[in-house]
Amino acid sequence: MGIGLFFNLAGSVGLVRLPDVYNRLQAATKCVTLGTCSILLGAFLILPGTQEGYKALLCIVFILLTSPTAAHAIARGAYHYGVPLWKGSVVDRYKTEAKKGKK
Amino acid sequence: MISTISGISLYFLIPLIICCFFCLWRVFRGPTSADRIVAIDILGILVVGFCVFATVFLKRRFLMDIAIAWAILGFISTLALAKYLEGKKFDE
Repeated sequence: MGIGLFFNLAGSVGLVRLPDVYNRLQAATKCVTLGTCSILLGAFLILPGTQEGYKALLCIVFILLTSPTAAHAIARGAYHYGVPLWKGSVVDRYKTEAKKGKK
Repeated sequence: MISTISGISLYFLIPLIICCFFCLWRVFRGPTSADRIVAIDILGILVVGFCVFATVFLKRRFLMDIAIAWAILGFISTLALAKYLEGKKFDE
């Protein structure tokens, strides 16, 4: 559970410090998903064999399924909404692929 | 014994509270609406962590049910907000 707290804190610092929507999305989603899953796994190990332990496992499955999907939807929505990339970004694969598709 | 457990849980809750303040700062400050949606999504996952801590240390068993429901509903609301941001209709 301490590991989970550390990853949650790292993800939130990334949410504040990074310069761009997409960078923030990467840092926050990955770190906070791992952190909360660690907290839930710790709860499953603290409460073994009870109803709440199995509910914690079910909650891990839900978070692992839904969090990347939500992050993907936000990134796609932000790109179509026209949020600009950070000026230090190097590649924009989505734009080049879209141009190829139009040609 | 009881006071020891509650003290430990209090120290565990401090980083989560700091995380929630970071998320709220991003919600208030965020330059675009996508930033705010990201911060609200992360805040929902942090609330799931809060509920799990409360389940373990306060021995309130219904809070784990609240955590599961919050995970699912946060996902649905985030998807709806992302669809709205993309500029499409909801019913496609």
